[in-house]
Amino acid sequence: MSEHIVQPRIYITIFLALMVGTAITVLAAFVDFPGPLNAVVALTIAVIKATLVVLYFMHVRYSGRLIWLVILAALLWLAIMFAITFSDYWTRMWQPPF
Amino acid sequence: MAEGLASTHEHPAHHPALQHHFENMEQQREAGTLGMWVFLVTEIMFFGGMFLAYTLYRYRYPAAFVSASNHLDITLGAVNTGVLIVSSFTMAMAVYATQVGKRQITIICLILTMILGAAFLGIKAVEYREKYRDSLVPGRLIPWRPFNPEVAKPGEKDPHKLHLIEGANVRNVELFYWIYFAMTGMHALHMIIGLGIMTVILIMAWRGRFSPEYHAPVEISGLYWHFVDIVWIFLFPLLYLLGRHLEGH
Repeated sequence: MSEHIVQPRIYITIFLALMVGTAITVLAAFVDFPGPLNAVVALTIAVIKATLVVLYFMHVRYSGRLIWLVILAALLWLAIMFAITFSDYWTRMWQPPF
Repeated sequence: MAEGLASTHEHPAHHPALQHHFENMEQQREAGTLGMWVFLVTEIMFFGGMFLAYTLYRYRYPAAFVSASNHLDITLGAVNTGVLIVSSFTMAMAVYATQVGKRQITIICLILTMILGAAFLGIKAVEYREKYRDSLVPGRLIPWRPFNPEVAKPGEKDPHKLHLIEGANVRNVELFYWIYFAMTGMHALHMIIGLGIMTVILIMAWRGRFSPEYHAPVEISGLYWHFVDIVWIFLFPLLYLLGRHLEGH
């Protein structure tokens, strides 16, 4: 597979999107959303920003399936670490959680 | 790329940077990129453990974490986020410039990336000094200034004092600062290592080692730099922003 050269036009677009995302996340932090929505909004924006960096700055969108597989494997193991740890902390009802 | 190889070399057998165990430059570059990604997976798990600790304790002590988080300097945090995003952009442009064989632009972009990385560390140092001034460095990491912040009375506005919201406990604020210094400290260490890597890449670019056929080191160092940027993209909202809407409650 030959190398795909990402054009500066795309880098500039992604850069502007990241700056706008940062501004939105700062402004949203001062808004009192109901319940846990503040955390949901902040994390959603962070995930979108990180995805843009991975796909375009790190060229994953133009990379082969092997790279995709490695990244998905990392996310899977990260999810396992969080899921199993929380399943423990949230289900030990006979004692305080910490 | 193949036609570039044939035209620039008297002996088109192989590019001088091609290691003997690879078929061609393309395979060598892809193998290097894959290797970097596997390393970044270990980095994801390493930082992931700290993000896990943060999540557990934030869930357990929400009021203390909000109080501690609101004491951080949101302006410096936001500026540093911008500085890192610009540095990622200049890094991406450095990769582009090597891919199209523009040595001078590569060098300029690498220098800009390094200046921005150093600026990030400088701003971080200013923040750390503020935490030191307010006795917020946890435990006895600083032997002559252990964790002992002044707690503001209700209604008091002094920004140097810790404002505890209802239900917050100073011991758990200290826990937040352990996590804050562990995570931002490891992130800063990665930035310092990144600056070291960029120094090597800059020297190589200066000596004209890179070309459209051979630029894997720039690309791979860029992956590392962007990864460190991504860690901060998560650290900024989690450490500085969550709970801002409760300020003054």
